[in-house]
Amino acid sequence: MELYRLTAHELARMIRGKEVSARDAIESLLKRKENVDSKIDAYREEGVGSKSVLVDADNVDAAIRRGEDPGPLAGVPIARKANLCVKGKLTTCGSTILFPFRPPYDGTAIERLKEAGAILYGCTQMDEFAMGSSTENCGPCTKNPWDQSRVPGGSSGGSAAAVAADEAIAALGTDTGGSVRQPAAFCGVVGLKPTYGRVSRYGLIAFASSLDQIGPLTKDVEDAALLLSVIGGHDPRDSTSLDIDLPDFREGLDEPITGLRIGVPKEYFVEGLDGEVKGAVRKAIDELVALGAEVVDISLPHTEYAVATYYIIAPAEASSNLARYDGVQYGQRRDSGALLGMYEETRQDYFGDEVKRRIILGTYVLSSGYYDAYYLKAQKVRTLIKNDFDEAFKVCDVIVTPTSPTPAFKIGEKMEDPLQMYLSDIFTISANLAGIPAISIPCGFSGAGLPIGFQIMGRPLDERTVLQAAYAYEKSTTWNERRPDLKWITKSS
Amino acid sequence: MDYEVVIGLEVHVHLKTVSKIFCGCSTKFGAPPNTQVCPVCLGFPGVLPVPNRLAVELAVKTGLMLGCEIAEKSKFDRKNYFYPDLPKAYQISQYDMPIAKNGRVGIAVEGSTKVIGITRAHLEEDAGKLVHYEGANESGVDYNRCGVPLLEIVSEPDMRSAEEAFAYLKTLKAILEYLEVSDCNMEEGSLRCDANISIRRKGETSFGVKTEVKNMNSFKAVRKALTYEAGRQVKVLEGGGEIVQETRLWNPDLEKTIPMRSKEEAHDYRYFPEPDLAPLVLDREWVEEIRASLPESPRDRTERFLAEYGLPEYDASVLTAERGLADFFEECARIHTDAKAVSNWVMGDLLRELNERGLDIGACSLKPGALAELLKLIDEGTISTKIAKEVFVEMFESWKAAPEIIREKGLVQISDESELEKIVDKVISENEKTVGDYRSGKGKALSFLVGQVMRHTRGKANPKIVNKLLSKKLKQE
Repeated sequence: MELYRLTAHELARMIRGKEVSARDAIESLLKRKENVDSKIDAYREEGVGSKSVLVDADNVDAAIRRGEDPGPLAGVPIARKANLCVKGKLTTCGSTILFPFRPPYDGTAIERLKEAGAILYGCTQMDEFAMGSSTENCGPCTKNPWDQSRVPGGSSGGSAAAVAADEAIAALGTDTGGSVRQPAAFCGVVGLKPTYGRVSRYGLIAFASSLDQIGPLTKDVEDAALLLSVIGGHDPRDSTSLDIDLPDFREGLDEPITGLRIGVPKEYFVEGLDGEVKGAVRKAIDELVALGAEVVDISLPHTEYAVATYYIIAPAEASSNLARYDGVQYGQRRDSGALLGMYEETRQDYFGDEVKRRIILGTYVLSSGYYDAYYLKAQKVRTLIKNDFDEAFKVCDVIVTPTSPTPAFKIGEKMEDPLQMYLSDIFTISANLAGIPAISIPCGFSGAGLPIGFQIMGRPLDERTVLQAAYAYEKSTTWNERRPDLKWITKSS
Repeated sequence: MDYEVVIGLEVHVHLKTVSKIFCGCSTKFGAPPNTQVCPVCLGFPGVLPVPNRLAVELAVKTGLMLGCEIAEKSKFDRKNYFYPDLPKAYQISQYDMPIAKNGRVGIAVEGSTKVIGITRAHLEEDAGKLVHYEGANESGVDYNRCGVPLLEIVSEPDMRSAEEAFAYLKTLKAILEYLEVSDCNMEEGSLRCDANISIRRKGETSFGVKTEVKNMNSFKAVRKALTYEAGRQVKVLEGGGEIVQETRLWNPDLEKTIPMRSKEEAHDYRYFPEPDLAPLVLDREWVEEIRASLPESPRDRTERFLAEYGLPEYDASVLTAERGLADFFEECARIHTDAKAVSNWVMGDLLRELNERGLDIGACSLKPGALAELLKLIDEGTISTKIAKEVFVEMFESWKAAPEIIREKGLVQISDESELEKIVDKVISENEKTVGDYRSGKGKALSFLVGQVMRHTRGKANPKIVNKLLSKKLKQE
């Protein structure tokens, strides 16, 4: 079997056990990337740099030879989304305004991956500043490995496609309103958004600070547990990171889910939900019941306001977070000869349309005279949404829903209609607003052969239960074993 | 028509912390540009702020000293605006939930105490500084100051003259120095002051339209600018005009306030809660511990100086205006118990020497014990007060002790009567006319003769003995 097909836990075990070398693994991945990525475009040009990753791999092998503990991710090649800072490597958030920014520091999650022995070997494509659900707000757009005419989802579409096409063993993405889970569903991989505050945001280039979380995209649930155990935990550099012990999430992963109460919210099975998706998710619920879980019908009454609330809070924070891209210190600058002109032209020329749309939206809702009607009201509704979950979790242990209302849509299909694009995150946004953990795992395929995912949400900090449920389901099905055949690539090349 | 001035002040002070408010960079003043910076204070993509505990503690201290309520829960907010010295394009500040509010400060106004209300005091980060190069077509930015902790102290519009504003500022400065929370150096920008000022007819209760005056870079400038601005507003109203609500800059060269271009002040800061920082929740016990450790306030110390040392009101308030000066006085008065004499020397000679050298009391090389020693020498008759003043200057310059200077320069007072008698005789014989004047009733002539004796002894003669001898001799003959 080709090494690139392995999961992180499998590959780490083999490298640690000296069955294969880290060098073999990285070469296998680099070759795979070379063979397929010119068609998939999961990676950004700036992520390529094979020399230094070979050195990193050799260092892992040398450490193993010396008898040192190389860490739980020894020699495992892991890709990172282009909004996660790696010291000295181009990190541009998919935006020309930040080019050619090279952070002078490693973000915390990246630092922890390195300490665990992982090889950071590629920078994945994303919607500019993580604003988008299709990885089209950038260039070139990433193709869904299952169907090249379709999007991989977004904004972590590059990370999801790279994992699905076996171009990465695993990847890190970021999730502000579904940006890990929705592309995971579209690409048939596992995507986990941890509890807000579980993973340090230090080194994550902010989109919406109160919603952003880093999360893994992996080939199976065990890898998601493994990666979270590595990147999670308190970080004194992030005041919003929670000072709570980080368990090893792989421990007890295979515990039976007998008696687990699954909440099924009626608001998530409504008009607009694709029939095939609905069917696949219903079947997944049945499977969980067959494994010993009980279904509880629940209501999350404020669900219908989630998208509107999100599209006030996220752009508001973004309008402030992105103000620093003013041409003064880093990235691009238009020299207009005057200060105001420099700001205006730099931001006019180097931000993309969607980013500008959200900056304008966010600036508007924070403006004096509108603040109370929009931002403040949205914060109140956010509290109501969070209360919905608190109430629901009194009668159930996890909540199961579809991840996205449809399978992957066509490239270009929603680019002219931002509202339709925003609705593609309708099922994922609430978990960000409430700050709770949520995972998307594969649960079937559409008639057209496109992956379908379902979402399991849990109580704050209860990733363990979420992962246990996901793991039990995954073990009883075979969806995650399927890989895109990529015939469209071999044919055309 | 009689007008009344209404003034409220916004004072920004740098808190004396070792590191910045949200990162570990040094706050030291005067380092080469951009040598005290890191990704956090430079606002690099992906970085996050972490609050400095000491900055919070100093803010609480100040708030308590100003009689404020300390908020159990306050929060940080973002103030958004574009300027090159603000790397994130927002300043982390506190908007609607400041760390301290509802305080008061007593200031001395014409012999009595007036209470000035403190609306609020809140924490925020300072911005960097633009550097303009002469003749160049571009400007630089120095981010060293970026992220230095600031406490903004906002007063109620309780002041009724530029003098009161001046007194308030001095009192506030004294408090901050007493607490050792800030250097309060206006030249280095560690204390900055903006004013809101309006006028109204005497007896009216509603406020007039106010202007905001900025760019006042010294205490004197505050007094001058506010005096000017009040006068300008009166002229406008008297001339039938209306006051425009605007921001005006004090121009120290023209000695005028000039309106700021309206474009520069058309700001909507779009404040919203800083999502990168959790609300600031203060432990009640911790706040009480800080309260218990507060030093005596300047006002309390003034009262104590009146009672304990029997000093005049003026002396007590001058001495306690600066903590270092009050400490100097007290240490000196502990050794040399003639408090009024110590006060005279500290307020007179010591302050003059410091001012001439542009030093503040903290940088004073002369120790209180050395002054006490000098005063003892006067009391014992070793030197005259006049000589002591010379010795004092010398002590300041040479860092030597008084006895050493007196010995080296041969300044010991001549109190030996037989030695002085010879000189007195000589002076009498040389000044027959003056002696005649004295005898014919011109009392003033005596002091001339004393002066002549002093001249002959280069000031070392004991004036009491000279007086006694002269009076005796002039009566005898």
